[in-house]
Amino acid sequence: MSLLQIDHVSRHFGKLIAVNDVSLNVEPGELRAIIGPNGAGKTTFFNMISGFFPPTSGTISFDGENITKLTPEQRVARGMARTFQITEIFPELNVAGNLRIAVESAAGFRMKPWLNGAEKKLVADRIDELLTLGNLTTSAHDEVGALSHGDQRAVEIMMAMALRPKILLLDEPAAGMGDQETYDVSRLIRRVHREQKLTIMLVEHDMRVVFNLADRIMVLAEGALLAEGTPDEIAQSDVVQQAYLGKEADLGKEAA
Amino acid sequence: MNGLKQHYAKIIVWAILLTIPYWFTYIGGYLGLANEIVIYALAAMALNFLLGFTGVLSFGHAAFFGLGAYGTALTIKFLVPSTLVGLAVGVLTATVAGMVIGALIIKRRGVYFAMATIAFGQLFFFIANRWNSVTGGDDGVGNWHRMPINLGFTTIPLFHNSLVYYYFTLLLFALAVGAMGLLLDGPFGRSLMAIRENERRARFLGINIELHVWISFVISTAICGLAGGMLALLDNFVNPRDLRFDLSGVLVVMAVMGGMRSFWGPLLGAAIFQWLREVLSSHTPNWQTYIGIVFVLVVLFFRRGILGFKLSTVKS
Ligand SMILES: Nc1ncnc2c1ncn2[C@@H]1O[C@H](COP(=O)(O)OP(=O)(O)O)[C@@H](O)[C@H]1O
Ligand SMILES: [Mg+2]
Repeated sequence: MSLLQIDHVSRHFGKLIAVNDVSLNVEPGELRAIIGPNGAGKTTFFNMISGFFPPTSGTISFDGENITKLTPEQRVARGMARTFQITEIFPELNVAGNLRIAVESAAGFRMKPWLNGAEKKLVADRIDELLTLGNLTTSAHDEVGALSHGDQRAVEIMMAMALRPKILLLDEPAAGMGDQETYDVSRLIRRVHREQKLTIMLVEHDMRVVFNLADRIMVLAEGALLAEGTPDEIAQSDVVQQAYLGKEADLGKEAA
Repeated sequence: MNGLKQHYAKIIVWAILLTIPYWFTYIGGYLGLANEIVIYALAAMALNFLLGFTGVLSFGHAAFFGLGAYGTALTIKFLVPSTLVGLAVGVLTATVAGMVIGALIIKRRGVYFAMATIAFGQLFFFIANRWNSVTGGDDGVGNWHRMPINLGFTTIPLFHNSLVYYYFTLLLFALAVGAMGLLLDGPFGRSLMAIRENERRARFLGINIELHVWISFVISTAICGLAGGMLALLDNFVNPRDLRFDLSGVLVVMAVMGGMRSFWGPLLGAAIFQWLREVLSSHTPNWQTYIGIVFVLVVLFFRRGILGFKLSTVKS
């Protein structure tokens, strides 16, 4: 059974149809990429899956349950975590402080007035694990607002990982990054995907990232599903070439 | 966070509050002023639990302060002549009102939330003023006084001994402030700060924003009601003019002036405000203007208030 099942989902903003009747299944353990030009509706698509706003029509099922009308926090509880195109973290807290909030929420402690010794240890251990997984141990006590773009992204991804998600949604994780940072964040995504056998869905502009990481790629254009397939199939698809990737030379260059 | 600094701040604050009755007169103060400072500080700190630590602005906290005051006074005057029962009813009234109003406005955000709190604040003031038979209307609630507390083996002379009443308020202040400090140090408090720092991230970490803000609001209104009851007991009187909506603004000014990101900031803000009011109001009827100028200067030069840290960080 598919982990995520999206059936004929659309989203209108007034007259604008940002996402138009898109259907898609994501299998457990898969790394699925969504590409498409700016304004294609990728973020809108993510927003509906994660519960930021509901679709105008269509249904979304997760792990066999219809979640179309659930709130974001209810989806988190069912195993969905996401990052945003513009990194959303707690800029004035340090790295460990950011992770602590995520870890305590994930452990169900978010309403507790205080923690006992065992609970404190559980939280501390989990923070250490995530620091290690995210390669953030040395900057644990740095304020995240002062970190590099790449490290901030790593913090955001680790906060999402703290939730022990069944699926991780990443909206342009390498947006605005230089080559080295892009490479680092790709490696991090690959690592959590492989080591944790985590299902990941990612939107990305950087073709190197997409063609390196993805098991399957879905192409959105003007809100509609244009093509769907393995990286090879997408790279060779004429429709995609014409509608999105433009000149052949571009894809060759970017994917190299 | 700033463990050691917090620790020293705590020691200094308590040293001052515990000894102030014995030296305040040497610097031009008096016991009643110290007592008012403690009471308004509690209200401002309660407001700041919501404003500074949850990131939600209320401009209607005078209503809860007032409910605490009226609840306490009317209970002692008409129902049970007991200080503790009066206070309990005052706090309960404010809390229940906080629960209901909170539930009605919690979906609003930012300035819309603040505006809704103003509307409710005005509503309560209007009722207090018009419901003459119970609240005494514009005359307030007089002809009652706080009662001694009988412990069986001894009696605490709250009424006849102002110094004893000061320490009584300080004890309640300690309990309420201690509870807030404890909460802010734990996971629930961190969830509130997460909402303040980045509501979107908090929500997508699974934190139920409305529920958390509602609880924070209710805690804040309950403690504000306690402060209101304490003021009524201090004066043995409830003056509706003291509880007008501008008190809501005053509490915000105290919190912001002292430093809304620091736990003790509103205490400092309340001390400065009450002291300035005391000094200025005997010289000029325009004392509020001068306090306003001080407020503007503080906000200009310390964007985080006097006890604020990190003057440079901009956050939108
Ligand atoms: N909240 C919104 N309100 C109105 N229009 C929106 C909103 N979110 C996105 N849009 C519009 O929907 C279209 C798709 O946007 P988006 O999903 O952000 O594209 P992408 O992420 O693929 O660049 C754009 O035309 C955008 O302006
Ligand atoms: Mg986008």
